[in-house]
Amino acid sequence: MSHRTTPDPLRGGPMTAPAPGESHLDSSEMILNMGPQHPSTHGVLRVVLKLDGERVVDAECVIGYLHRGVEKIGEHRTYMQFNPYVDRMDYVSAVSNGLGYCEAVEKLQGVVAPPRAQVVRVMLAELNRISSHIVWLGTHALDIGAMTPVFYSFREREEILKIFEKYCGARLTTHAFRIGGLQWDLYDGFESDLRRFCQTFPARVDEYETLLTENRIWRERTVGVGRLDATTCKALGVTGPVLRAAGVAWDLRKAQPYSGYEKYAFEIPVGENGDTYDRYRVRLQEMRQSCRIIAQAVDGIPDGPILARIPKVFKPPVGEVYHSIEAPKGELGFYIVSDGSLQPYRLRVRPPSFVNLQALRGMVRGALVADVVAIIGSIDIVLGEVDR
Amino acid sequence: MTLRVPERQARGTIRPWAALRERLLRLLPLDLLRGMALTFRRQAPSAVYTEQYPQQRPVVADRFRGAPRLNNDFETGETLCIACNLCALACPEALIVVGAERNAQNRKELTFFTYDLSRCMFCGLCEDVCPTDALELTQDFELASYSREGAIWDRPMLENGPTPKRYEK
Ligand code: SF4
Ligand code: SF4
Repeated sequence: MSHRTTPDPLRGGPMTAPAPGESHLDSSEMILNMGPQHPSTHGVLRVVLKLDGERVVDAECVIGYLHRGVEKIGEHRTYMQFNPYVDRMDYVSAVSNGLGYCEAVEKLQGVVAPPRAQVVRVMLAELNRISSHIVWLGTHALDIGAMTPVFYSFREREEILKIFEKYCGARLTTHAFRIGGLQWDLYDGFESDLRRFCQTFPARVDEYETLLTENRIWRERTVGVGRLDATTCKALGVTGPVLRAAGVAWDLRKAQPYSGYEKYAFEIPVGENGDTYDRYRVRLQEMRQSCRIIAQAVDGIPDGPILARIPKVFKPPVGEVYHSIEAPKGELGFYIVSDGSLQPYRLRVRPPSFVNLQALRGMVRGALVADVVAIIGSIDIVLGEVDR
Repeated sequence: MTLRVPERQARGTIRPWAALRERLLRLLPLDLLRGMALTFRRQAPSAVYTEQYPQQRPVVADRFRGAPRLNNDFETGETLCIACNLCALACPEALIVVGAERNAQNRKELTFFTYDLSRCMFCGLCEDVCPTDALELTQDFELASYSREGAIWDRPMLENGPTPKRYEK
């Protein structure tokens, strides 16, 4: 394979050096390292770009700079003890990670969280979806050059983090849920805090839309950039808003409802073109839908216990389980193998960011260097989760 | 629910007045002006959210998980800790060391207690298992120290809490 041929977006081996007899001098191509300290790669991602002038010929992601061995740590902790570690994978949506892990272990053990715990879990997970999308919106707009949205979006995020802090005592690495339910009951004023948030938040989304949706600079930078069609998305296993922007209405909250999601009325926003602009529109609509779910849940919080019966010495039966939830970034799955001891025999995480990042190569090929920043932002990756 | 992107009409189908409107809109950046109007509306000093940290100290929530504290009995001043070692066993990072000794009545008594803050992730599991509410994660959040050793708290430090310098506005 000569170094000029473009690999197949689905397979594509490693980028090749110039063939023998050919030197770098007789080609106009250039290799450029973007990252791992680049401010727009959202952490420590390194993208090796092969450029022809301003055009990207090929790209390769180099990951692993933030690898902490979370899965291995899981094999050396009891099921309860591993719970705080999952918060540190996707640290902007710690609550969703905790929900996925707790539900997976509950499924393994064969217990179900009590109804009250389930409703509280849904509310906090949806708040977390909003806060994750908000961080994405602010930083993505900042990458592209729109300065204002980041200030406005962090203002709303602060309100959500205040609610988290009041509920569980931490803002980012929340450790909000326990296996079998919750550790804390709601604090006084939780409902009114949420109601106030649900009332004010749609107007705040309107503000973001005023700043960006019709803005001609924003549209020039995003419409048609980083297109990925539905077939390629499915072939690569891409999930979450990136898949929905390509027009596939796939959302695990609807497809395989968990934690009582079947009780709430909400819609799955889908885009048409699968470009950066559509991903932006899909995420904004998802924030509105999450707000709708919270408003419904807060009116129907049942009374009752918050923790199911869980033995003090927790030893799940021998077996294996896979459970996945719709995290803000896509399908987050936990695969746990139990040998009947105190610790998991093997714990494997299917992180959405890691899988979605594989689509980057197909998206950036043929784009301009400046668009690479917009495209990386539009996938919404968190390197803590990519590398684990 | 499919999102419809508001597209400008295709050239051929535009009526004359619409073409004129299109031209004018291109010249007059309404989309940008709307955004700027919003930005200027938000310039009021009452909309300032930034906290002036060392001078203005935030009030954290009751359940905040910050610096650990080893509680003493209010009246007798004796420690509430019964040296049961549950917190040390619950901690995922195994950073708590509880020292105990049998006294004359053959009851366990706490001798020392070390807590390595540099490895703590403030998950609260130790606090949850403590049967006597002796160990508590408090609202103190200023934990910086000049050395790694300074982050290892011993029993007097845990009982008295950190003493950060307070600044006034
Ligand atoms: S808060 Fe968590 S990490 Fe820190 S000492 Fe307690 S159990 Fe260990
Ligand atoms: S769990 Fe509480 S009582 Fe037991 S050793 Fe720890 S601090 Fe002391």
